[in-house]
Amino acid sequence: MMRNANDPTPTRRRILIGAGCVAAAGFPLPFAVRDARATPAAMATAIRQVVGEANVKPGKVKLDLPPLVENGNTVQFTVTVESPMTPASYVKAIHVFNEKNPQPNVISVHLGPRAGRASFTSRTRLADSEKVVAIAELSDGSFWSDSVEVVVTIAACVEDGIP
Amino acid sequence: MSAPLINVPARAKRGDVIAIKTLISHEMETGFRYGTNGVLIPRDIITAFRCTYNGEEIFRADFYPAIAANPFLTFYTVATASGTIAFEWTGDNGYSQTASAKIVVG
Amino acid sequence: MSARTIFCIGSAAVGFALLACAVPAMSAEIAPGDRRSDYAVMSRETQAMQDDDAANPGMLWVQDGATLWARKDGAAQRACADCHGDARTSMKGVAARYPAFDPGRNRPIDLEERILACRIDHQKATPFAYESKDLLALSAYVARQSHGLPITTGADERMKPFIAAGREIFNRRQGQLNISCAQCHDDNWGKRLAGNIIPQGHPTGYPLYRLEWQGLGSLQRRLRACLFGIRAEPYPFGAPENAALEVFLMWRARGMPMDTPAVRP
Repeated sequence: MMRNANDPTPTRRRILIGAGCVAAAGFPLPFAVRDARATPAAMATAIRQVVGEANVKPGKVKLDLPPLVENGNTVQFTVTVESPMTPASYVKAIHVFNEKNPQPNVISVHLGPRAGRASFTSRTRLADSEKVVAIAELSDGSFWSDSVEVVVTIAACVEDGIP
Repeated sequence: MSAPLINVPARAKRGDVIAIKTLISHEMETGFRYGTNGVLIPRDIITAFRCTYNGEEIFRADFYPAIAANPFLTFYTVATASGTIAFEWTGDNGYSQTASAKIVVG
Repeated sequence: MSARTIFCIGSAAVGFALLACAVPAMSAEIAPGDRRSDYAVMSRETQAMQDDDAANPGMLWVQDGATLWARKDGAAQRACADCHGDARTSMKGVAARYPAFDPGRNRPIDLEERILACRIDHQKATPFAYESKDLLALSAYVARQSHGLPITTGADERMKPFIAAGREIFNRRQGQLNISCAQCHDDNWGKRLAGNIIPQGHPTGYPLYRLEWQGLGSLQRRLRACLFGIRAEPYPFGAPENAALEVFLMWRARGMPMDTPAVRP
């Protein structure tokens, strides 16, 4: 049947494919989507760009993110790093990355001893169930990290194409 | 049009660690979405945030498209002296927004 | 249309196909004592976002609304404040009884339409468009003044036929999925659909910040989205069907406290 190229409504075939995918896996669509997606390799590259050749050790960092998210469009998270935050020993920067959004970087914050507490809260968008990683850069040049695997459920009624 | 929402304690004791909350209106268009005519909507985001306390930088952040619309940020600083805490957001297409709050430290 | 949307509609299609075949259109209304705010089915994180005025994005619109309230505008160069004074007193309880019967129009009008009428008639200014930032900001600011107050919409006798009209639409099967609002929100509230808990659908916090929109929107926008979601033709902004549904839904939520600007997934 003739369809207007701009018609945003899904064809019957696409709805059935979607329904079939749900029945089969209960997971977001496995077939190709238009947006480029970051991959774990892209996230690793983005992390290398920040830490260089240094070894990133798990620990000292706590990434607070709900394991099950109501809506991937707005997800609040907090990163806290154990540190005395004195001029002798403090957190210089905290970087957050993700695995499956179109771009691997989320935010980079730059702190100093004046911060008093090495912690910040913000809100991110998550395109899919994925791993989110937080890396802290300390004043002694060491890097520490934490990561969370997040499940993103999809809102039942979306309105792409609604004027 | 929209002024940012800033939350800074009006008073604090010297040496206390205080929490600063900021919320600003911005669509944070990612640059990865397509419009209904199939054309890519260009990126339009806040890219940087900076906070100074009596002129000295105490916090700085680089934002990427993964930051949700109407960016929210909570961070901390040590209350050192009375004065002005100033905030600046900059972004794509020459976006620039500032705000400030007074604090009394005793 | 995004892949995500197709997934959503696909999963909805599977679930609704079952409902559409088996269940007749009559649904049992929720007993007043069993009513729960949509706030109650949200995650703790989203509830916390709503509760903190410094973190609730809806407060950005409320703040803008306060600015607009004081701004002189139109050929008459009048501000809302010039007639209504301090909104914190004059607007207290107003949103909680809207939509309200307007004798001049001989039908109910909602808060947005009331604001537009004031703008045209008293400020002699060009009307704001539906869902425009300015209209939403004023609506959010006015509705905020009813925060915590019980909804009293529909107490007026003249509202009866409009409540009935709204109830009929609420119970009417619609769209390609041939499903009524009541089948989800009266009969299956508390159960899950595509990972989210189905709320009872009480509009206690409009206009509200919806995470899906990453912005503030009106009840009419949400109703249009609901209808789109069940593959029915959404009623245009300002249509009598939207008005009737608004009246019915607010009456259905009578006695429940307002929590504008709410945050919802």
